[in-house]
Amino acid sequence: MSDVSRVVVTGLGAVSPLGHTAAAYWENLKAGVSGIGPITLTPTPEELTQKVAAEVKNFDPLKHFPERQLSTLDRISQFAIVAARDAIAQAAVTFDMPLSVRTATIIGTGVGGQTTHDDSFRRVYLEKRTRVFPLTIPKLMVNAPASQVSMACGLRGPAFAVASACASATHAIGIAFHMVRSGQVDCAVTGGAEACITFGTVRGWEAMRVMSPDVCRPFSKDRMGLILGEGAAMMVLEPLERAQARGAQILGEIVGFGMSADAADLTAPDQGGMVRAMQGALDDAHLAPADIQYVNAHGTGTAANDETETKALHEAFGAHAEKLAISSTKSMVGHALGAAGALELVATLLAVRENIVPPTTGYLGPDPACDLDYVPNEARALTIDAALSNSFAFGGLNAVLAVKKFA
Amino acid sequence: MSDVASDVIAIIAKKKRVARPNVEVSDRLADLGLESLDAVEMIFDLEEKFDIQIPYNANTNNPRTEFETVGDVVKAVENLVAQKKS
Repeated sequence: MSDVSRVVVTGLGAVSPLGHTAAAYWENLKAGVSGIGPITLTPTPEELTQKVAAEVKNFDPLKHFPERQLSTLDRISQFAIVAARDAIAQAAVTFDMPLSVRTATIIGTGVGGQTTHDDSFRRVYLEKRTRVFPLTIPKLMVNAPASQVSMACGLRGPAFAVASACASATHAIGIAFHMVRSGQVDCAVTGGAEACITFGTVRGWEAMRVMSPDVCRPFSKDRMGLILGEGAAMMVLEPLERAQARGAQILGEIVGFGMSADAADLTAPDQGGMVRAMQGALDDAHLAPADIQYVNAHGTGTAANDETETKALHEAFGAHAEKLAISSTKSMVGHALGAAGALELVATLLAVRENIVPPTTGYLGPDPACDLDYVPNEARALTIDAALSNSFAFGGLNAVLAVKKFA
Repeated sequence: MSDVASDVIAIIAKKKRVARPNVEVSDRLADLGLESLDAVEMIFDLEEKFDIQIPYNANTNNPRTEFETVGDVVKAVENLVAQKKS
């Protein structure tokens, strides 16, 4: 192990339905606040069947960007930059040379600049305009958040987007973690971003017939499905020696990353794929199942995910599964698709740091198919040394990260 | 057979996952091997064909238990079509 570095987190940023900083997001998660409310972001929400989502509220782009820069930034890139700047400010790192060229920017997104897509389609198909805005393409491309963060923060090393639907951010952070651990880069700014609450995207999710009409109740009896969310979360990763040498505050340690593909159904979750990703993260971290106290579940609130994830936790953890504290923060911030894994890793890192498990809200009582401890409705004090954060995507792509308290 | 029945049968027949030449109104949905995505696609096809809204949430509805036979689906669609006309 001497030729690889320990990888620590020195900065966190989040733009979420529960606030525009990692601190506000975390305080509200602990308090069990719901970020779910009426859809307001589309021009014609009254035409939608789905009435609620977890929107980032009161986000004024002009507070964060000069007006002329905004013509280059879809909402997704605005979220990404604001979260990245916060993470970098907390890390108190300056990206001058040579660190700038030795820093990776790896950012997950499921669907890219959907607001730009939707607005452009509205213009050409509905309004029959012959022109769309000149920067339509570079605003909507899925690498826009990665490109924009690299530009805004002066990061000149490897930079790219990772797309694996609901696991995008977890895959992105996992790859960044491995690049820092192996010494390919000296620092990484990584996470996920999504801004998918547009008319067309919501219509698409309506057609899947998996959305709850009101609230998200992961693992609960009478759960009715997922709620769409949005936002971004970013973090600064660096080798332990570098962080210590510059006297940085160390917020937590990433210790393992596991991935798998179901190669089975397009949308139905697969227990085997989930188990292999969790075991992969534990193996990569040199942790045993009994070393884990908390799992931030994928926990979408759909009938199928929550039942299958519960079975997978039983299989991966054996008898220890019953001792785990498991929660789904999607109950409060909805499912932010490509940003979800990053928002959830921020919650997981802070849960480990503060020894507090955020709750699964909206929980009405046990479903016989979901028979573990989901920390219902109220946060819980718990000494946590190590935790997992699960992400399982449509398309059968799974990613799991393992984190440890820094000691 | 009504027009609705033959259209519904055609839509269900497209989604079946078992080898059999015809789908009959007496066939049990459980015997046609429909998977959950097949149900969602089938409901879309029915809504498009008849210009109706079928309330359906994959988390709480299961067409394989709510509708025993193809004939039950035909009846439900006929009811929705009739409601639309009234």
